[in-house]
Amino acid sequence: MRFIPHTEPEVRHMLAAVGVEEIEHLFDSIPADARLSRPLDLPRPLSEQELFARLRELAARNATPESHTCFLGAGAYAHFVPSVVSALASRAEFLTSYTPYQPEISQGTLQAIFEWQTMICGITGLEVSNASLYDGASATAEAVLMAIRLTRRHRVLLAGGLHPHWRDVVRTYLQGLDAEVVELGVGTDGRSEPVDSHLDGEVACVVVQQPAFLGPVQDLAPVAAAAREHGALLVVAVAEALSLGLLRAPGELGADIVCGEAQSFGIPLSFGGPHLGFLAARRRFVRQLPGRLVGETVDARGRRGYVLTLSTREQHIRRERATSNICTNQGLCLLMATIYLSLLGPHGLRTLARDNLARAHYARTRIAATPGVELVHPGPVFNEFAVRTDRPPAEILEEGASRGLLAGLDLEPHAPELGPALLVCTTELASRKEIDRLVNLLGKNRP
Amino acid sequence: MSRGPEKVGNTTRGIAYEEPLLFERSRPGRRGFALPPLDVPEVEPEALLGAEACRETIPDLPEVSEVDVVRHFTRLSTWNAAVDLGLYPLGSCTMKYNPRQNEAAAALPGFAGAHPLAPASLSQGILQLMAELERHLAEISGLDRVSLQPAAGAQGELAGIMMIRAYHRHRGESRDRVLIPDSAHGTNPASAALNGYRVQTLESGPDGLLHPETVAAAMGPDVAALMITNPNTLGLFETHIEPICEIVHTGGGLVYGDGANLNALLGIARPGDLGIDVMHFNLHKTFSTPHGGGGPGAGPVGVKNILAPYLPVPVVRELAGDEGEGFVLDYDFPHSIGRLHAHHGNVGMMIRAWAYIRSLGAEGLRRCAEMAVLNANYLLSRLRGTYHVPYEGRVMHECVLSDRLLQGTGVTTLDVAKRLIDYGYHPPTIYFPLVVQGAIMIEPTESESLEGLDRFAEAMLAVAEEARTDPERVRAAPTRTRLARLDETRAARRPVLRWQPAGPSKRP
Repeated sequence: MRFIPHTEPEVRHMLAAVGVEEIEHLFDSIPADARLSRPLDLPRPLSEQELFARLRELAARNATPESHTCFLGAGAYAHFVPSVVSALASRAEFLTSYTPYQPEISQGTLQAIFEWQTMICGITGLEVSNASLYDGASATAEAVLMAIRLTRRHRVLLAGGLHPHWRDVVRTYLQGLDAEVVELGVGTDGRSEPVDSHLDGEVACVVVQQPAFLGPVQDLAPVAAAAREHGALLVVAVAEALSLGLLRAPGELGADIVCGEAQSFGIPLSFGGPHLGFLAARRRFVRQLPGRLVGETVDARGRRGYVLTLSTREQHIRRERATSNICTNQGLCLLMATIYLSLLGPHGLRTLARDNLARAHYARTRIAATPGVELVHPGPVFNEFAVRTDRPPAEILEEGASRGLLAGLDLEPHAPELGPALLVCTTELASRKEIDRLVNLLGKNRP
Repeated sequence: MSRGPEKVGNTTRGIAYEEPLLFERSRPGRRGFALPPLDVPEVEPEALLGAEACRETIPDLPEVSEVDVVRHFTRLSTWNAAVDLGLYPLGSCTMKYNPRQNEAAAALPGFAGAHPLAPASLSQGILQLMAELERHLAEISGLDRVSLQPAAGAQGELAGIMMIRAYHRHRGESRDRVLIPDSAHGTNPASAALNGYRVQTLESGPDGLLHPETVAAAMGPDVAALMITNPNTLGLFETHIEPICEIVHTGGGLVYGDGANLNALLGIARPGDLGIDVMHFNLHKTFSTPHGGGGPGAGPVGVKNILAPYLPVPVVRELAGDEGEGFVLDYDFPHSIGRLHAHHGNVGMMIRAWAYIRSLGAEGLRRCAEMAVLNANYLLSRLRGTYHVPYEGRVMHECVLSDRLLQGTGVTTLDVAKRLIDYGYHPPTIYFPLVVQGAIMIEPTESESLEGLDRFAEAMLAVAEEARTDPERVRAAPTRTRLARLDETRAARRPVLRWQPAGPSKRP
């Protein structure tokens, strides 16, 4: 048994010390009829060599950016990750430690979280950030719950353009609570229909995704003004965090809470998780934040150090009156994102965002000039946009797959009103040549 | 005679690095990243997006080189205790060894690079792995169906509680009260409240166990569920679990099992066989996925068939009969509680847990439970008498002590914990469970060897001795760490939650 050190003589010695003759007597407090009388029905144990033979077989049956150029985004983005990220994040001291309850021997994790909180504040334009949530969807749900607590109002307005899965998660979190969800649609420009007529003194918050699910950059300023007028909070949800390398910080535009998904900051796709939810807010809301928070302090000799703080919000202290039930969150993913952002710096983040924008612009320009396909929304986008096709998206996706392209997301289940359409994303991993191949695929049936 | 950490400890004093915040290392113009040349035409963001939509600066990111970044985070890492450095006996957290093979497994490009929205036909390998893991967890727990979607134990609890709500609602019943023993983890009441339930706390008996009479007295037509942790947080098996489940079921309620302590039961007993209707698994505890400084974890939830219609969607399903072969994501669950995660949960953790289960098999998993329980009982046998044992009885995977025998020395549980650091150990969980005053909750796990346990026991005994001979020394601990005890009150009173260039964060 590779992972368990005990030899038989040691086991005998220990049993004697405990005062028990046989191992099974250690379990005497379990009623005999409650015990399992047979071995578990599991496959036989594999050596590491056999294990990897099996794992490689399974892994080979999934498409990846190595086998297929990925034009699929929709909340999970294929970006290049520098080797330094996993090299540092896989250090045992980060990987095999836990929540930093004992600050004197957890300063590495604590300082990294403090750095993350600082970076997220700068990127979002807000004043306080927590130490991560599970993903962008649950972060949005937590932001909504936070707004309900802060305003003591019970209606939630989900502006058009929020990721359909994130909408689902918000609805899931609110079931059983005294809360009402109002969902708005999108206009022909792919942005939310106006929120004004749905706002009144009962609305706790307006949630706007930026950029919208179908790609367009939303105009936040009028939404912020309308929300403010009615005392509702503005929650801006961000699915592609890289967009914040170019777009104005939502906090500057009036957002009270900015939440979202930071997977783009150095975290692998991993079939959708673990990813990295983030949540930042105005300082006066700090006591209603969900999740862990790290603060600066001093040690007994006056030296700077970091601790988990404001824990009276949390479940292990406050139990049923806690701001959230969250305990374990996405610590290592937060570390990876902090390392990634440290490498990029302000210059790198901006340049990379510009690179993605340039690729989307190139692809859109080519598509606009290709018969048989058209841009659904000609207005400004970041790195993602919807394309209307003249043949079934399923057919295009299948053909693309056979040619090494994941051509995008079939929008039929999410936006049937668009007709046959695909959501396409261009990151720095899509070269000009590959974008050209995509455009040829999309426009194939043309004379 | 003081033995002191120099004699029985686990550390040496080596190089201890200082390291500022990365922002303080920033030098304008330094770069840690380069992109390939742009092979499409350059664009002007302001022209495309409008100047109003574009930001002028990105504050609070450092300008540093790759060397700066590597040194910075490597230095930070040296300030952490970790399982790979030694015993990390944090009770209720199951800090067992995290096999490195599992990291390599999750990093295989075919897994790490898989897009969650890729068509099922291009995701067959990972879907099959997920289906197999679901089956293995169902077998291990004695439950019928498993959803892997919850991203952590607390989200698994929430999923379970929501399924319980959906079940009652579907039957036309409105029940709004959840019973939770006083020894439960804080996440239990928090999860129930998050879903709008009223929480009623049940008192454990003088033996640390929940008694059927207590449950019977609290039952009523408004009780939706009992949430129970077994073994409980005192490390004791809830011997009355079967009659308790029967009482709840007879009263029309369901029983939620908190799976945090499942490590003690692997191959020994199955929650489903004991009467549990729904439970979560902590892949980062029982199934060895690393704790990562606070996640990511994964909290799959398992249910009896009566709750299967309410599972979160999508559900991984193996095609059968005329459908052909392979695996699909099934959304056709009209009574589902809905979606809890943007995609399919923390899949990277599922790969690791699958690799762990396949490496150990039935015999290996049972051996984990046996050695984990043996280790906890062995430690208890070495510490009993020196430390107070509030609840006697055979413990399972962890034991709970208290500082009562140190009364009069001025040394408390907190001091013991901090002094253990000087001996080279991460302290146990302290002041939890709340039912024990000054609790010291120790979970050694099966990873620890006999000599490792003996060394730790010696350290615990040495600290107790110091409490009598040199209490000031214990209360001044830790003294061998880079920083001394940190002022947590100050942090909460004047929260400084981010670095600001000229703010209070200036280096002292």
